[in-house]
Amino acid sequence: MNHAVLAEGLRKSYKDKNALDGFDLVVAEGTVCGLLGPNGAGKTTAVRVLTTLLTFDAGRAEVAGFDVVKQAAEVRYRIGLNSQEAAIDEILTGRDNLVMFGRLFHLSAKVARRRADELLEQFNLTDAAHKSPKQYSGGMRRRLDLAASLIMAPSVLFLDEPTTGLDPRNRNEVWNTLRTLVDGGTTLLLTTQYLDEADQLADRIAVIDSGKVIADGTPAHLKSQIGGDQIDVVLHDQQDLPKAAELVERVAKQPPEIDEDNRRISAPVSNRVVALTELVGVLASAGIDVEDIGVRRPTLDEVFLRLTGHKTEVAA
Amino acid sequence: MILTPVIPRTTGERVRWGVLDAWVVTRRHFTHLIRRPVQIISGLLFPIVSVLLFGYVFGSAMQVPGGGDYREFLMPGMFGQTMVFGIGVTMAAMITDKERGITTRFRSMPMARSGVVVGRSLADMLSSVLDLVVLILCGVLVGWQWHRGFGPLLGALGLLLLLRFAVIWVGIYIGLVLPNTESAAGVYGLLFPVTMIANTFVAPQMMPGWLGAIADWNPLSATVGAARELFGNPGLGGDSWAANNPVLLAVIWPVVLVAIFLPLSVRKYRMLGR
Ligand SMILES: Nc1ncnc2c1ncn2[C@@H]1O[C@H](COP(=O)(O)OP(=O)(O)O)[C@@H](O)[C@H]1O
Ligand SMILES: [Mg+2]
Repeated sequence: MNHAVLAEGLRKSYKDKNALDGFDLVVAEGTVCGLLGPNGAGKTTAVRVLTTLLTFDAGRAEVAGFDVVKQAAEVRYRIGLNSQEAAIDEILTGRDNLVMFGRLFHLSAKVARRRADELLEQFNLTDAAHKSPKQYSGGMRRRLDLAASLIMAPSVLFLDEPTTGLDPRNRNEVWNTLRTLVDGGTTLLLTTQYLDEADQLADRIAVIDSGKVIADGTPAHLKSQIGGDQIDVVLHDQQDLPKAAELVERVAKQPPEIDEDNRRISAPVSNRVVALTELVGVLASAGIDVEDIGVRRPTLDEVFLRLTGHKTEVAA
Repeated sequence: MILTPVIPRTTGERVRWGVLDAWVVTRRHFTHLIRRPVQIISGLLFPIVSVLLFGYVFGSAMQVPGGGDYREFLMPGMFGQTMVFGIGVTMAAMITDKERGITTRFRSMPMARSGVVVGRSLADMLSSVLDLVVLILCGVLVGWQWHRGFGPLLGALGLLLLLRFAVIWVGIYIGLVLPNTESAAGVYGLLFPVTMIANTFVAPQMMPGWLGAIADWNPLSATVGAARELFGNPGLGGDSWAANNPVLLAVIWPVVLVAIFLPLSVRKYRMLGR
């Protein structure tokens, strides 16, 4: 089995700061890996190392079967990179951007132009081909940026926070584009701070914190790894919260999360049926007025909180 | 469309691709100029306004050592100053690309490592030729002339472009080092003293001794002095060795600057973000 990406024990430090601290990752060909972590976790550093932009202190990495240090040129022909900012020329037209990047991939002028038109068509930008990206919407700019990364039909596409700063409509648009790419067989490594983004797109999620991967698996596996389901109780009266929280803690055998504004108490439980039955009983006998109660799979926010002990920046 | 990568293996192929990559980058900057003609016009407006301002407003009060027409003295200074001010365009372009992430994209691509900086310098050289032509026309309109024939004329223009070439590499290096557009403001502020504490507008003999000495050894003074000599314009000479050997210095200074900043720039580009 070939790995599209292989990283072993990568270390990179800046003065006193370990940006990567024993970073390990394997991404199988044709899959989508979501590298999920809060701001400053080391996502961008990992992407920069894997895309040959940054030297590192220890460890080794291969992309598309080539060593990122010793065979950097081979790697560069086989990857696409989308950084946090859309890296496109604002003054050239959309088409001229693609032709220029094609030329720099050493395509002949004719082939570069043909490829540009093909990509404009694929990304639904044909009508805007001769306009400056200044006149594009956020979603269109992202699409042009993606098209530029796909000129050589790379085997691995790196996306560093592809939807940061986009509104929900444009974000959905980008997600749909990415799904089409994945259907076409491209391996994606995308970093994100948005848990729903990783859940939506990724086959596997690697959670990164302080420069290392602290959990790795399918979204479902990750959820089960950090323990069972989640029980939610919504109360009718806010003043019942302390009493009810005490009862939830007794049933769940660990301190619950309390959301005062929504009068909601949540806690992880190992056996959903037993916990639900028991909690309904004790709440009723304590005379607490319950508006809603239920068990569900945990969200990725909760996954992250339990893995790292701290909240993500964008926890909903 | 399936595209197979063409990986250069031999030195010959690498050189060929290096030249092609630089040319693609140069063409990009020309497309920029064509799509934003306002930039060219505003770039030329400053020297033209300066010619009028210095030539006619201050010029009446200016004295040329050894006598002669002030506007004849002024024009070589204007040419030289324009070459140095060109650093602003070079720097701004480097910084913008870095801020926009375009530099990162270039670096993640298999193009030659030298392509971006060489392409940039080529584009700036070609647009400097355009600047010079417009300024020469401007000079002729205000009565400036060259007196020693075409050979020395071309020699003087060559030395001016050589200075520009050196300034480009200083600009590329500073543009690669500075983190963002705001931090470039300080460099722009330095441009005025650099171009004024020279023989551009006032002869160094007329400055206080220590200032005159700095002005004499300013690389810009060497180029401007050499141009005056080759054009046959007034205002030459002085007490210092530098003031009496402008042509030699006008070659040495730029060569030294290029020898320092070209390798530094290529190195910095390779090491960006390390
Ligand atoms: N060029 C640099 N110099 C110093 N510290 C850096 C540099 N780049 C990143 N870091 C530090 O390394 C850590 C990881 O950064 P980064 O990879 O950008 O995180 P993320 O992309 O997950 O937000 C951060 O603490 C950041 O401050
Ligand atoms: Mg980042």
